[in-house]
Amino acid sequence: MLHFPILRWGKPYKSLDIDQVVHFATGEPLAEVSQANGGLVQRDMRKAHQARQALREIPIQELMQRVKSAADLFMQAELAAGEGSQTPDEFVKYQSATTGLPEHMCRMNMEKLHHVLTNLDSILASLTRGLDLDILSRGYGEEDGVMRSFQATTPVLGMVLPSNSPGVHGLWLPVIPLQIGLVFKPGPQEPWTPYRMTEAFYQAGIPRESIALYPGGADIGAAVLQNSPRCLIFGGTATVEQYKGNPGVQVHGPGFSKILFGDDKVDDWRDYVDLMADSVLINSGRSCISCSGIWVSRHGRAIAEALAERLGPVAPRPPEDPQSALAAFTVPGQAEAINAQLEESLKEEGVYEVTSKHRDGDRLIVQERCAYLRPTVIYCDSPERRLANTEYMFPLVCVVECPQEKMLSSIGDTLVATAVTEDEAFRSQLLDCTRIDRLNLGPIPTIQLNWLQPHEGNLVDFLFRARAFQMAG
Amino acid sequence: MTTSISAQDPQLAAAAQAARQQLDEQVRQIIEWHFNPETGSSFWLEWANNAGWDPRREVQGFDDLVKFGHFEDDWLRGGPVRRWVPKAYQDRPIFVFETGGTTGTPKTRVSIDDFRIDYEMFSETLPEEHFPMGANWLMLGPSGPRRLRLAVEHLAQHRGGICFCVDLDPRWVIKLIKKGWHDHLMAYQQHVLDQAVSILRAGHDIRCMFTTPKLLEALANRLEDEGSNIRQEGITGIFSGGTEFTPQWNRFAHEELLDGVYMTPTYGNTLMGLAASKPFDPADNYKITYHAPQPRAALQVVDPDDASKQVGYGETGRVMLTTLTKETFVPRFLERDEGEREPPCEAYPWDGVSGVRPFHRLASATTVGVY
Repeated sequence: MLHFPILRWGKPYKSLDIDQVVHFATGEPLAEVSQANGGLVQRDMRKAHQARQALREIPIQELMQRVKSAADLFMQAELAAGEGSQTPDEFVKYQSATTGLPEHMCRMNMEKLHHVLTNLDSILASLTRGLDLDILSRGYGEEDGVMRSFQATTPVLGMVLPSNSPGVHGLWLPVIPLQIGLVFKPGPQEPWTPYRMTEAFYQAGIPRESIALYPGGADIGAAVLQNSPRCLIFGGTATVEQYKGNPGVQVHGPGFSKILFGDDKVDDWRDYVDLMADSVLINSGRSCISCSGIWVSRHGRAIAEALAERLGPVAPRPPEDPQSALAAFTVPGQAEAINAQLEESLKEEGVYEVTSKHRDGDRLIVQERCAYLRPTVIYCDSPERRLANTEYMFPLVCVVECPQEKMLSSIGDTLVATAVTEDEAFRSQLLDCTRIDRLNLGPIPTIQLNWLQPHEGNLVDFLFRARAFQMAG
Repeated sequence: MTTSISAQDPQLAAAAQAARQQLDEQVRQIIEWHFNPETGSSFWLEWANNAGWDPRREVQGFDDLVKFGHFEDDWLRGGPVRRWVPKAYQDRPIFVFETGGTTGTPKTRVSIDDFRIDYEMFSETLPEEHFPMGANWLMLGPSGPRRLRLAVEHLAQHRGGICFCVDLDPRWVIKLIKKGWHDHLMAYQQHVLDQAVSILRAGHDIRCMFTTPKLLEALANRLEDEGSNIRQEGITGIFSGGTEFTPQWNRFAHEELLDGVYMTPTYGNTLMGLAASKPFDPADNYKITYHAPQPRAALQVVDPDDASKQVGYGETGRVMLTTLTKETFVPRFLERDEGEREPPCEAYPWDGVSGVRPFHRLASATTVGVY
C-alpha cells in the first residue's frame, strides 16, 4: 500500500500516527498517510524563511519554466507517490475512489491544473498588471520612470485544503514562481493532488526545501494557520465568519454563485436552459462557482420546471462511467444530514421542490459505505424564503422570484454572478454591487473561470505589499 | 480485575496474583472504613442507607464493587464539602482540590495526606540519575486550587529539594480557546514562559521540572530561539502529563525538544492521583503504558457499551477508575478517556492502559491540551 510521509521542507518523515485513506464504496484501504502533530509544524515553521531563501536563488523566469515543465509531469509522468509511485491513470482512479468524484471529473480537474501551470506567465502578468517580475524578486525597481517597491508579506503561504473538489488547487499554483514557499495541510480524503503536484515540482527542479506537507487533523490546520503569516483556508460558512476581517487569512467558502436575469431578457429564458443546467450540474455542483441560485422577476415556476425536467433524471452511475454526473458523499452521515435539513426547509410556505416528479425515487440514495443526493430544483416565490440563498455540496438550485429593482439588495454575498441583461442601467448597478465578487455580463456559465483574473482577492496583493521606497543615487 | 497473564512467565503470574490479593484486601479495608458509622463519611453512610444493602457485608473483593454501579462525578459539585470527610478525620486539617470550573461549579475533592502519599509512591519510580535527591524543581503547570501544584511541591520536598512555581490559571486558558482569542492565548503562554525562564536563570540550580506537553514545546522553542535549550538550562529530568501524550508526541519530544533530558509521562487526575508509565522503550514505538498506583487506585479498560465487561488485552475500551484510600472512595468512575488494555509487567504486576486519548464519543466536547 502507498504510504505518504509528512514532508518537512522536502524531507520525508514517517509518523507513528498513521491514518488510512479508503475507497468510498468498498472500504478498501488505498493509502496510509502519516499524521503530523501540531508541535512539529510549529517547530518547522521557524525555518520557513529558508523556503523563500532557496527560491530566491532561482530567477522568477527560471522558476516559471520549471513549473511549466511540472505541468506535463503532473499530467503524463509516473511520479513518486510517497514510498511508491503512481501513473496518471492510477492518480485519477485513486482520487475518484477517496473523494467520490467521478473519474472523468478528476481528469477534468487535472486538465484545469495543467492549463493553469502552462499559462502561468499570462496569469502572473495579469495578476501583477504586467509588472516586471524581477521587481518582486529584488524588492524594488523602476518601471516607466517610476520607482516601485514590493515587500513579501510572508516567506510561505500556508494552506488548509479541502477534500471535496481538486479544482481548487489551481489557486496556489502561481505561488512558487513568486518565490514564496508552500505549506500544505491536505484534505483528509484528497492527499493525492498536493503530493503529486509537489513531486512534479521536485522533478522539475523546484527546491525540495521550499515545500512542506503536514497531513493531520484539525489541530494541524490550526497549527498551519497560527504559524504562517499568510494562509488560504477552505471551509463552510462558519469558517468564513471565523476568519472574516483577518488580513492574514484568505477564506474560500461557499460561493452562493448565481445567474441573474434582467427584465429585458427574462422572457427569453428558454434560450438559456443549457447555460443554467451546466452552471448547476458541472463538477457535480461541488464548486464554489457552481450555480445555486437563479433570480428572475417572472417565469420562476416555468424555469424551475424546465430545469427540473433536465436535471431531475440525473442519477448516480459508477465513478468510471464517462456519463457519471454525481459525486458520492464519502463522509458518513453527511448526505443524510443535508437531506434532513433540506426537507425541514421545504416545509416553509412559498417554497416548492419541483424535481420530485421528474425523478424516479428519492433524492437521497444511501449505499453501504456512501450516499448520493440527486439534483434538486426548488422554486421560491420570494427572496425572503430561507432557501433562497442556500448552497450545498451537490447540484441544488433555487429559482427565486424577485423584482429586478430588489435583486441586488437581496442576493447577499455572491462569488460569481452571471447577469443576463443588456439593460445598461442594470449593468451599471451590477458593476457597482459590492456583494458580487466575479461578474459575468452576458450568458457565461458561472463555472467558466478566466484564470487571468483574480479569484476572491488577488493572490499577488495578498502575498506582497506595495510600499514607498527611495534610494540615494 | 482480571490478572490472567501468560503462563510463560510464572514469576510475573505470581506477582500479579499477589497484587490481586492485595487489591482485594484493600477493597475490604476501605469498604469497612467508609461504611462504618464510626469512621465513614456522611456521604457514603447516607448512600448506603438509601441503597438498601450493606457494602460491608456484600463487598468482599474488587469484583464486588460492581454493585455500586458507577460513581458520578457530578456528586462532587457543590457543598457541603465536609460530607466527603471520613468521620475519623473530621479534626484533621483538610485541603480541598478542584477540577473543572471554567464555567459553573467546579468539582471538589477533599484531601488530607493522599496527595502526599501518592506522590511519595510516585517518587519511588523516578530514576535518581535524572531526578537527583536534593535537586530543586520548577512546577511549570496549573496553579490555584489544584492538587497538582501542591503535589509537585511535596514531591520536591520529599526528595529534599525546593519547588519554584509559576502562576497559571487553566480556566482562563480554556476561556481564551473557546472565545477564539488566539492572540491573547499566545500572550498568556508567553507570560507563563517569562516566569519560567526568569526562575530558571535566577541561580536557583533547578534540575527537575513538571510541565505539560504544550508548555514543554513552547519552552523548548523559546529557549532555542534564545540560543539555549532545556538541557543547557540545567534540567536533567522532567515529568509531564496529559491526554495529548501520544507515542508520536513522545517521539517528537525525545528527538527534537529534549536534547537527551529524561522525560517520564504520567496520567492522572484529582480523583485518582497519579499513574506512572512503564519504563520508556523507543523500540516499542514510543508506546506509553500507564499503571495505576495499585492498590490505592485501579484502572480498568472496559467495553464502552457494557462497562461490566473488560476488553481483552490489546483491545480498545473506555478507561474506568476506582480510588480506594481512607480519604476517598470512588468506585468505578467512567473517565472521559479511552485506550488499549495492557497486561501486567514486572515493574507493575497489574493491568495498565496505553494509547490514552479522549473517549471518541465525547471527544468533540472536550477541550484538551490547553496549557
